[in-house]
This record gives sequence, structure tokens and C-alpha cells, in this order.
Amino acid sequence: MVAVKETVEQVRALDVDQYKYGFSTELEVDKAPKGLSEDIVRFISAKKGEPEWMLEWRLDAYRRWLTMTEPNWARVSYPKIDFNDSYYYAAPKMNASPKSLDEVDPAILDAYKKLGIPLREQEILAGVQTSKIAVDAVFDSVSVVTTFKEELKKVGVIFCSISDAIKEHPELVRKYLGSVVPVTDNYYATLNCAVFTDGSFVYIPEGVRCPMELSTYFRINEKNTGQFERTLIIAEKGSYVSYLEGCTAPQRDENQLHAAVVELVTMDDAEIKYSTVQNWYPGDSEGKGGIYNFVTKRGDCRGANSKISWTQVETGSAITWKYPSCILRGDGSRGEFYSIAVSNGMQQVDSGTKMIHLGKNTTSRIISKGISAGRSQNTYRGQVSAHKKATNARNFTNCDSLLIGETCGAHTVPYLESKNSSAMFEHEATTSKISEDQLFYCRQRGLSAEEATALIVNGFVKDVLQQLPMEFAVEAQKLISISLEGSVG
Amino acid sequence: MLEIKNLHVAIEDGSKKILNGLTLTVHRGEVAAIMGPNGSGKSTLSYVIAGKPGYEILDGEILLEGENILEMEPDQRSAAGVFLAFQYPLEIPGVATMTFLKAAMNAHLRAAGSDEIKTPDFMKRVRKAADDLGISQDMLKRGLNVGFSGGEKKRMEILQMALLEPRICILDETDSGLDIDALKVVSEGVNKLRSADRSFLVITHYQRLLNYIVPDTVHVMSKGRVVKSGGKELALELEANGYADYVSDAA
Repeated sequence: MVAVKETVEQVRALDVDQYKYGFSTELEVDKAPKGLSEDIVRFISAKKGEPEWMLEWRLDAYRRWLTMTEPNWARVSYPKIDFNDSYYYAAPKMNASPKSLDEVDPAILDAYKKLGIPLREQEILAGVQTSKIAVDAVFDSVSVVTTFKEELKKVGVIFCSISDAIKEHPELVRKYLGSVVPVTDNYYATLNCAVFTDGSFVYIPEGVRCPMELSTYFRINEKNTGQFERTLIIAEKGSYVSYLEGCTAPQRDENQLHAAVVELVTMDDAEIKYSTVQNWYPGDSEGKGGIYNFVTKRGDCRGANSKISWTQVETGSAITWKYPSCILRGDGSRGEFYSIAVSNGMQQVDSGTKMIHLGKNTTSRIISKGISAGRSQNTYRGQVSAHKKATNARNFTNCDSLLIGETCGAHTVPYLESKNSSAMFEHEATTSKISEDQLFYCRQRGLSAEEATALIVNGFVKDVLQQLPMEFAVEAQKLISISLEGSVG
Repeated sequence: MLEIKNLHVAIEDGSKKILNGLTLTVHRGEVAAIMGPNGSGKSTLSYVIAGKPGYEILDGEILLEGENILEMEPDQRSAAGVFLAFQYPLEIPGVATMTFLKAAMNAHLRAAGSDEIKTPDFMKRVRKAADDLGISQDMLKRGLNVGFSGGEKKRMEILQMALLEPRICILDETDSGLDIDALKVVSEGVNKLRSADRSFLVITHYQRLLNYIVPDTVHVMSKGRVVKSGGKELALELEANGYADYVSDAA
């Protein structure tokens, strides 16, 4: 297993500082004044050069947000967030919309290079990479570059920042924005509606199979700055797209807020495959610093026989509060959720999914693998419901938890609700520990304690890793092992 | 090859002393059988040689080629040539047997300062060794030991032994749970590995296994020490008379 060996070497090289994306970039920054108010919302909208309708939409959300309260049902605890102690807009000073990479600050390009994200098309084309990936790079509050735009345009695919989409494709944005996650859906989603700064927009026209993987890479760089991104993906009849999302942040002592909203829409026979590798800074081993990751992700299978599949590998963040969900509205539509959530140190994860069966013959599948180490708490929370008209709805859920050590916790909280007697839900859950005996067995064959743990964990998450695109799966495997560094004696 | 001198071992929480001054020498190329009643400390001896956590070494030493291995980690002992065929091999779900075998072989190669094995060479070696033991290609693709029968698990242990080429092989009750056909296959596998440079420590309750793996020496254990040593005829004597004589002698 080559990946295991590489992982172990990487882990050794990292030594004490396990989080290899913890560097920060020195840049001249254009910032909004600290705090949150209507003026800040106007400031953001003006910075983006948005049309009036967008500003009104934001202001409406902001006013509604003021009347809402933070949810407290998740199994996570943290001091009360002072929303006025954060910056809501931070952008590297540069040309409003760079025409080419040469106009982008070299420091930013350097940051992406360090992160291993390919931004130069010619390098990708000339390189050894077997498959092309188009990237939208979001740095703090702005999208700095989107690659392969022209090539995608030829087949009618729109892939750009949400800011550009608001200006260039307002009819599509107005039609779909907020149609899956309503403005008042929840506290963090509403906040996002008011202050979102950038994100990606994807439109796949009828019958088109997107010729390459699309991806967005989110990077929080500035101190004390929240990142509020917004992603909207629309797959018209019979189309297909695979989309990847990655995220990292510098190592900082203060907690930073990340509250994203992702909306997916599939029409008849369309399919969206959405994969995330989330590696926000998790805080240090004592729980100081780290990202609060409060994210609302939802897909709407609007058309018949459409399909939405969420795959997530969650290794970062001090707190993760995230439930990528599917509304199975179209008859025969299918939702899938594959998740690996790794927690170590003092991390708290409360994550899962919702599968809402509305249409006839809808099916869903949930495979969740939680791995807890250190003093972390890892909760799977999932809802499966079949409404009155959801004849023959089917769900299969499998939740496995793996504990490493004596001081961590794993929790499974399923909510099942059926209003249709023909619905069939299956739920399986297991909790296991990496046993001393398993470790000894592997070590007797020559594997070090780290190698043995990596091997056992990789075996545990195999079903989910198989769902990821190849290059991503290898990355994810390494990442999981690095996240668990130091968890075995 | 392997010298165990005055070994005293207790369970780590101090509740029970298991080995009481055990002394045993296994020469290069020798096949030594260890026999003894339940609770005499046979399995503990095999675990302590391999370095399983949970035991406290109160006194004594274990030398492999003159080097004390008691301070070494289990993986270092493995690299030094200690192989333990488990009585109850562990299951590792989701890890294909092939993957595990390659990881283990490469760990050994790295420890020896050599390059890792190339995949085609690895495949060739595994296929050959697996065929000899009647292990199907399908089994090699499955999770390690997951859903394997008792006999399949034991054959898998011998396969690993063949691939890792150890200096000292410890077989912990390898005959337990095997029917006569499986016992023959496993024994043949072991006999093929016998060589002038490799020693074996065969732990068993019953003389039966020793009809197939014929030992050079037989040692009787009771209450944590070797109470009698002899040639292969000693095993037959034990089969006829039981352990009673030795158990009371040692008391």
C-alpha cells in the first residue's frame, strides 16, 4: 500500500505541526469595517457592483436574521459568538476582474501553488495529470480566478464565480437562488444570504455531460474574517456534472466563522455528484483556535429520475455543523450520502444528512463512517422521512463508528419518519474500537503502529473512499492518516 | 539462534505470574516442539517473544542471534526475523489480503534498507506461494481473514510466513480447529520452509501435529517453565502417559 507509506513519511516530516496548510499569506487587503449592520451589507453589495434586486434580497435576509436565534440542538459547545467582532469582507487588492493569471497577485498564486491547486491551464495540460479539472479559486471573500472557462463555454457549460453570475446571468440566479435553501431556512443560512461574498456558479445545459471535473478551492487567509460562500449548481434535463470542493485555512489562535450555503438543482434524468474534502484548520491539541464550520448544503431532485450524490471527507474545523441533504421531489429520484468524518484533539463534529422522500419510488442511501480519536466528540445525526405521497420510498442507512483511544466519543442520532405504509427504511449502526490485538497482529508482521492504524482506518472507510474521484481518494486517504497522527500510543 | 534465559513474566497489572524462570535454547535449523497442559504458559511464551503489550518482564532475557530482543518494538522484532503464527488470527475488515501482504513485505524490505518490491514481482511471488497452500485468488482479494474458515486462516498464516522468510517461526497451536486434510496442507507448507538457517518453535497440546511436522527436540512446559526436554520420542511418551508425571514433579 503505497499511500500508507507515503502517509507515514509525510506524518513524520510534519512532526509537531500536523496541519500542513497553516501558513498565511501577506497581502494588501481591502476590508470592510469590523462588525455587522445594514451598512456592511450595502458595502458588500456595492463592492460587488451588484444590481438593486440583489441588494434588496440581502437586506431582507439581514432584517429577518436579526429576529432569529442561534440553533442549539447540535451536540457541540462553544462560547457565544460575537457577530460584531468579525470582518465580513476581505479581498486582496487587485484588478476588479483579472483577465488573466498575470494580473493576479503573485503572492496569491504562490499560496495556491503551496496548496497544490493547479491554476495555470497550460501547466495542467502539459503536466502528468491524467484528467483535467477546472478550478474556481476563492480567496477570503473573492473568487480570484476560474480556469477552463472558455473551453467549458463551447459545450454551453457556465462555470464562474457567483458574483459574475449575478451580473452576467441574472435570470438564472434569480430563478434558482434561495429556491432550495429558503432565505429563512436557518440562522446561519439567513446570515449567509445577507453577507455572502463569493462562491461558484455552475449551469449545465440540457443533455450535456460536463467534459471535466469542476472544482472550487476555498481559502480563508485573513485574520478575524468570516467566510460566507454561496454555491449554486443547476443541472438541466439529462445532464451530468461532478463537482469537487476543497478548503483550508491558516493556523490562528482565534476562532473563525465559515457559514456557507450550497444549493443543487437537478431536473429530469440529471445527475450531480458533489464531493467535499474539508480540511479547515481544526485548532491546536488543547482546542485553541480553529474554524467554526456551520454549513447548509441541500440538493433538490426536482425532476423525475434525477440523482444527487454527496460525498464528504471531513477532517478539519474546530466545530462542524453540517447536514448535506436531498429533497427527493421527482418520482424515481435518488439521493446518496457518503461520509467520512474524522475528529481528533478537541474537535467536535455534528454531521449527517436528511433524505426527504416526497415523490413515488424514490430511493436513498446513507453510508456514514465516523472516526474519533483524542478527546473529540463525533456525532452522526440523520433524518429520513417519507411523506404521504412517497409510495415505495426506500432508504438504506449504515452508520459505523470507530473509536481510537479511551477519551473520545461517538454518537448516532437517527430520526426516521414515515407517513406512507409502503415505505421501507433500513438502519444499521455499529461502533467498534481498533483493538490492541489488531494492532499487535499488524505490528507482528512488521508494520509500525502508525502504519497499522492507517491501514485499519483505511479499511474502515473503504466503502466511502471508493465514491470519490480517483485523485481525490488518494488525497483523502493521506489526509485521514495525517489527521489521526499522534492518536496511537 | 534463540536463547531464552531464566525468564520471569507476569501479567502487567501484577495479578498473576505466568512464566517462572523459563530457560530454553533452539539451535539454528532446529524444530523444537513445546508441549504442556492448559495454563502452563505456552501461549504467553509465544506472545512475549513477539513483544505483545500487556506483560511485565520481571527477569531474564531473550536473545536472537546473541542480541537481546526484549527492548525491541514488535515491528522491530518482526524485522529481525521473529514470526508468530497466531492461534486466532485477527480480522482486518476492508483491507484486502493482497494489500496487507504487500504492506508487510515492504515494511520488511524497508527495515532491511532495500527497495520496495515491484508489483509484478509481488504478484508472481504471492500467486506461487498461495497455490502451494491451496489459497484461491479470490481469497486474496477479500478483507484479511474476514469470513475465512479456521483452516483458511491458518493457511493464510503460513502464507505470510513463507513471504516474510523469518529466522524463527513460532507456531501457536496451529493445529487447533483443523481437520485432518487442512492439517496436512498446513504441515506441508511448514515443512517446505524448513531449512538449515531457519528455526521453529512448535507449540501444541497434541502429538498429532508432530506426526506431520517431525520435531528435532521436544520440551515439556508446566507452571511457567521447561520441566523436561528430550527427542521426538518424548512426544509419544506424553501421548501415552499424559502430563501428570511432569505436572506433579514441577510442583
